[in-house]
Amino acid sequence: MTVSSRFLLPAATLVVLIGGLMTGLPRGPVAADRSRPPRLGSPQALHLSPVARATLSNGLPVWLVESHEVPLVQVNLVVHAGSADDPAGRFGLASLTAAMLDEGAGGRTALQIADEVEYLGASLATGSSFDASAVRLNVPVSRLGAALPLMADVAVRPTFPEDELNRLRQERLTALIQTKSDAAALVPLAFARAVFGPEHRFGTGAVGTEATLKAFTTADLAAFHAARFQPSNATLIVSGDVTMAALLPRLEEAFGGWKSQGPVARADVPPAPQLTAGSITIVDMPSAEQSQIRLGWVGVARDTPDYFVLQVLNTILGGSFTSRLNQNLREAHGYSYGASSRFDMRRSPGPFLAGAGVQTDKTAEALREFFNELNGISKPVGAEELTKAKNYLALGFPAEFETTDDLSEHLEELAVYRLPDDFFASYVANIQAVTADQVRAAAERYIRPGSFAVVVVGDRAKIEPGIRALGLGPVRTISVDEALP
Amino acid sequence: MRRRTALILLVLTAVSLGAQAPDRPIHVAYRQFTLANGLNVILHRDSSVPVVAVNVWYHVGSANERPGRTGFAHLFEHLMFEGSKHVKEGEFDTLLEAAGGDNNGSTTNDRTNYVIDVPANALELALYLESDRMGYLLDTMSPQRVDGQRDVVKNERRQSYENQPYGMASIEIDKMLWPEGHPYNWPVIGYMEDLTAASYDDVVRFFKQYYAPGNASLVVAGDIDLVRTQALVQKWFGEIPAGPPVPPVTAPPAELTSVRRKTLTDRVQLPRLYLAWITPKIFAPGDAALDVASSVLAGGKNSRIYKRLVYDEQIAQDVSAYQASAALGSSFQIVATARPGHTADELQKAIDEEIARLKQAPPDAREVQRAINQMEASFYRRLERVGGFYGKANQLNQYYMSANGNPDFFAQDLGRYTSLTASDVQAAIARWLPSDARVELVVEPETNR
Repeated sequence: MTVSSRFLLPAATLVVLIGGLMTGLPRGPVAADRSRPPRLGSPQALHLSPVARATLSNGLPVWLVESHEVPLVQVNLVVHAGSADDPAGRFGLASLTAAMLDEGAGGRTALQIADEVEYLGASLATGSSFDASAVRLNVPVSRLGAALPLMADVAVRPTFPEDELNRLRQERLTALIQTKSDAAALVPLAFARAVFGPEHRFGTGAVGTEATLKAFTTADLAAFHAARFQPSNATLIVSGDVTMAALLPRLEEAFGGWKSQGPVARADVPPAPQLTAGSITIVDMPSAEQSQIRLGWVGVARDTPDYFVLQVLNTILGGSFTSRLNQNLREAHGYSYGASSRFDMRRSPGPFLAGAGVQTDKTAEALREFFNELNGISKPVGAEELTKAKNYLALGFPAEFETTDDLSEHLEELAVYRLPDDFFASYVANIQAVTADQVRAAAERYIRPGSFAVVVVGDRAKIEPGIRALGLGPVRTISVDEALP
Repeated sequence: MRRRTALILLVLTAVSLGAQAPDRPIHVAYRQFTLANGLNVILHRDSSVPVVAVNVWYHVGSANERPGRTGFAHLFEHLMFEGSKHVKEGEFDTLLEAAGGDNNGSTTNDRTNYVIDVPANALELALYLESDRMGYLLDTMSPQRVDGQRDVVKNERRQSYENQPYGMASIEIDKMLWPEGHPYNWPVIGYMEDLTAASYDDVVRFFKQYYAPGNASLVVAGDIDLVRTQALVQKWFGEIPAGPPVPPVTAPPAELTSVRRKTLTDRVQLPRLYLAWITPKIFAPGDAALDVASSVLAGGKNSRIYKRLVYDEQIAQDVSAYQASAALGSSFQIVATARPGHTADELQKAIDEEIARLKQAPPDAREVQRAINQMEASFYRRLERVGGFYGKANQLNQYYMSANGNPDFFAQDLGRYTSLTASDVQAAIARWLPSDARVELVVEPETNR
């Protein structure tokens, strides 16, 4: 076993200008001068415990950030395989495999696992994203020793019982049926299909389709698990009230006997072809009181060199309460409870999308405002707006490291996307370095509304004429059943 | 100037647990004082990360509303972010974001809360903004601002109720559960026609009646200097005039004496059953036992109803149970969604059998201990964060408002659970979950697909 240390976030001094005002402490209780906002003191740097690193005898890397505020420990086993690794025609395999891990493992049944986890006051969650799968344990530190063998069984020795697979399969099929009445749940699926199509992995939801769900066997799940869940393809991420000296023997006991079966080959999903012409899809949900709108196209991968520029760009456009989209659709027009946008960054390019739920009788007006803002973002951004967005991201950064869960989530991001060691240490400086010219250039390149796919789930009879009158592009209308892949 | 100051400093929280079980009491150290205008202030220092939470509770919620103006407390909450005398419209959010902060608010039957989370260096900005809307909201209020947020709130209602599968059920259950005239009879979000009727004059009256310092409690928690923060609170909030006393909400007695049953149709795919009872109010005897009962009934794969309906028989897609604790009376609800081909009546029959079993014989000791251990761990998880809706700042205000003015009620609250026995849980189910006096609501699909 080897141990090495480094600082996650060195005590770098943050130098940030907020309206040019920086000063020290106030003089004490004096009359409040409300003629202008009080001056801000100097921002403080975040001091975090170092990330300690070790390796178990089987090669499994262990990362630990200590945090002794509350007697809890978070242990996440991250496996570098997710829905992006689903074979063609088998969409949903990774997601179902992850969901089945705690439905029988080692010598324990699903009910025994649940009983023991709950009795320990622990939470043991299994799940997956497009890029990774994970088993995540949160437990009072006094029960860590009892919980780790359970976690190891679930991650390493799942048994995939047939009857449990059939139960989860029915749950997922039923959830798909329920989506037919739920505009907010249906619109992301319909939007993904409109941008990526039926063949690309990102064009179908993580759980797959009715057809793929019905076809999975326990052998399929066991094979996916055996091929992907290997110590050479995983990272153990720990945060909380524990030291490496106390932790390592326990991890070695629980996970050390897990052997690699051979190298794990991973091919990223090929980037989808970019959209070249605008389109509008109306999914008819008669009598819907709101229209759920999503619009966008193929965005960027997590390793984009424009990562920091796009963080700032999206904060201005639709990534904060004062963003242009939310101010326009919610505050200025009252069409919506809230509007937003985001770049969904994965190992391969995921979508860029903007969206909102808007009242049915303002659907066309809301769409017009979406296009106004999405077109407008390519014009130069003013200094004040740029500074606000950069400070929102940079000064708010320390708050993202408060809980054991926060810490492990950030470490997972480092592991899954193989980010450089100094990613968090240099985050603030990288955000502050973004210029207005970079934002404009990125907007011109990554946000071209004329080529966007627009999907609206709503009451077709009431919204179709207004949408057509906008003249945004060809309009296609489909039923809810047609929208569900 | 009269200033009352109560200093209460307790031991800090870092508790290292013994090898067997967490057994040391949880403490959250705080300093408490009251300004001359009646504002209650609680300070808590936690310097683990350089952030500060400013959390205000006003002791007003939808229970204070008058007929014809339901939803007003929540609509008013929205107006609190739209600017005040010295803060232009939009500046509240702009100034906070430019300082790296976030903010939010929420309204329940009993209270309205406001949260501001900022980097520690922006503490005074947060106090300035929070105090300006407490003292000077009406100076720049206008009918146009009311109209703007009226539209937003109507869209909040459409998104969370009308356009949400089963979204109208909770509104119907409140109507059936609480008698006409009881302040919990109407929804916090309000009726659409009442939102339409809300006026600028209502805003003025409501602010003057309920938004005085004496009806509020301020918590400042996080990476703060206690002495300096106390001075800053005095500086920004001290000048706000005291308001009139707020009379406590009174409620007519609420008791169900028979089954009240109704069927709604909605744009949903599957039938769903709701069972609801009126139960003891927050922190009253029976409240904690019913929390544990909800876990024994429907918390996890081994719970009685979940295991039978979802795991074994697979006639339900999901089931949940919870005790919704509130100041004037709580409600206990069991909710289950039928699998395709099954009915709400099937679910009800099986649920009733499981409840009856627990009335006849107590749950196993392990079933109860499992629930208590989960509850205990949740107390630790709640101590990790300072800000937001669930962090320590909000919990200090919650306990102050609902536990006889005691902000550090954490250990006593947990003690309510750890002292429970299986027969306590059995007794609570027998006493509070009768099958012949409750609400039964079924939501059916509009058409059979």
